[in-house]
Amino acid sequence: MTTVLQTRGLGKRYRRRWALSDCTLEIPAGRIAGLVGPNGAGKTTLLHLATGLLRPTTGTIEVLGGPPPARPAQLARVGFVAQDTPTYAHLTVADHLRLGAHLNPGWDAATARDRIEHLGLDPGQRAGKLSGGQRAQLALTLAIAKRPELLILDEPVASLDPLARREFLRGLMETVVDQELSVVLSSHLVADLERVCDYLIVLVGSRVQLAGEVDRLLATHHLLTGPRRNPGTLPASQHVISASHTDRQTTLIVRTDAAVHDPAWTVSPVGLEDLVLAYMSQTGQPGRRPVLEVQR
Amino acid sequence: MIWLTWRQFRVQTLVAAGALALLALAFAVTGPQLVHLYDTTVATCRAQHDCQIAMNALGSKDNLLQDLARLVMLVVPALIGIFWGAPLIARELEAGTQRLAWTQSVTRGRWVAVKLGLVGLASMATAGLLSLMVTWWSSPFDRIGAGRLDPAIFGERGIAPVGYAAFAFALGVTAGMLIRRTVPAMAVTLAVFAAVQAAFELRIRFHLIPPLRLESALNMNWVTQLGSGGPAGLGSLFVGISPTLPGAWIGSSQVTTAAGQTNLGPMPPACGPNSSYSSCIAAISRMHLRQAVIYQPGSRFWAFQWYETAIYLALAAVLAGFCVWWVRRRLS
Repeated sequence: MTTVLQTRGLGKRYRRRWALSDCTLEIPAGRIAGLVGPNGAGKTTLLHLATGLLRPTTGTIEVLGGPPPARPAQLARVGFVAQDTPTYAHLTVADHLRLGAHLNPGWDAATARDRIEHLGLDPGQRAGKLSGGQRAQLALTLAIAKRPELLILDEPVASLDPLARREFLRGLMETVVDQELSVVLSSHLVADLERVCDYLIVLVGSRVQLAGEVDRLLATHHLLTGPRRNPGTLPASQHVISASHTDRQTTLIVRTDAAVHDPAWTVSPVGLEDLVLAYMSQTGQPGRRPVLEVQR
Repeated sequence: MIWLTWRQFRVQTLVAAGALALLALAFAVTGPQLVHLYDTTVATCRAQHDCQIAMNALGSKDNLLQDLARLVMLVVPALIGIFWGAPLIARELEAGTQRLAWTQSVTRGRWVAVKLGLVGLASMATAGLLSLMVTWWSSPFDRIGAGRLDPAIFGERGIAPVGYAAFAFALGVTAGMLIRRTVPAMAVTLAVFAAVQAAFELRIRFHLIPPLRLESALNMNWVTQLGSGGPAGLGSLFVGISPTLPGAWIGSSQVTTAAGQTNLGPMPPACGPNSSYSSCIAAISRMHLRQAVIYQPGSRFWAFQWYETAIYLALAAVLAGFCVWWVRRRLS
């Protein structure tokens, strides 16, 4: 199995509104894949389709080489932390662990207990009284102790303060290293993903604008600064992703597999955030289909 | 799933058990006295010719508890629908916790089936126990009353409350699932349940079994109304009867002429403004009027109970099946 998630022409319609349409993507196994896109890009819908919470209106989706979870055996293979990390407000932390133990045959009680202890959560505390960060950690603990092969997290840190955000992502990293699981993590904040992800998918308006290994993406994109010129005069091997001009200067983000030798340019690396924003802002320009896959 | 259902429903179960226990205690303390009172006064009143006094004395015992029993039997099925049924799925949808529950290693079909099954059984058990207690405790009163087919008490005795509770619960779950919000679902549950109960009591129940028809010469002891203003106009005779068939549920009663006509003709002169009541009665009995009474005999109490319970349980089963189907196929 080389992909954890594969979709073809995937679409989901709510009454008249398409939340996701014609989405085709592939997420390789063994990665921490970041799914990034503006609000309303269809990230949550895509992840809900992947967890079996939703059924597609059109197209196909494969999760871990099979249909999305519906039977207990498949459900056990996918862990999910939903947006806003829902928990049962009137149940205690210990109750949640018991819930996990009762509902999951592969439950890893030791891991769950250790995590709760390590996080300093009071087992007798009701989940409704936890802080946002603690609740997110509890939800993550439930998903991890289930011992899934694929862990899906939908904007898990969106509502957390920066410190809790860092704690959460660090805990996630530690688990991934320990358990060898694949992770798909969505966010609309690139900075969060930059810290943990080694694979990135930019989703804008249901379409994959960019997908690839983070290292590879950073290595093949360059920020060129130089005297003002028309981007059309660049060599064919250099694809302009974004261009901005002042009276005398041109700044370009280009993708190229080869090195840039033109001495007129000052070449500098592109930050992941700038790169993502460049691809996101490409949408809405007619006549261009900037769908791009950067593979090894 | 059984554990989670129990954990989520624990408080409600304990509250219900506590309330049942309190009521059982009150009934256990007062019930034997009522039975004793009945056995020593009403049961033997024929010999002493003071039945009316004995029945009045018994009927006014434990008034508060009688009212409470009536109130509880009236509202408990609705309360079960509102507080156990409506939030069952709606609260999960409101809090988003179905996304947590459905991504454990348990199918959502099982999730909803276990919740429906266990809480539904608890609903039926609560109503059943309650009805058992009330039916036993009220039996001395019921024996001196209008009979257990009387619409005022029929639905508060026997097994019918089990059907009501099951239906109200399933109705609440369905409303909550479709509306996705607890409070509006509670309101809809109450409105629909009350409407169904009223329609059943007023329109359906009487016709579940073909009623009996009693036709005979007019029984003058049953006549309760005499006057003008019958079917043929202001001057025509009107005779109203109130049949006393022990334990029976009277659907309708009609007085006709010997030929079977509803127009009884003009008022006899003996019933004029200046004549006595007894002469009027005597004049009417000479008219050889007939009466037709459509009724359900009291002996059909259990037949009606079974029919009604079966119908409500069938409705509940249909709603529950719909809930399982909807959660598995449509809900998101």
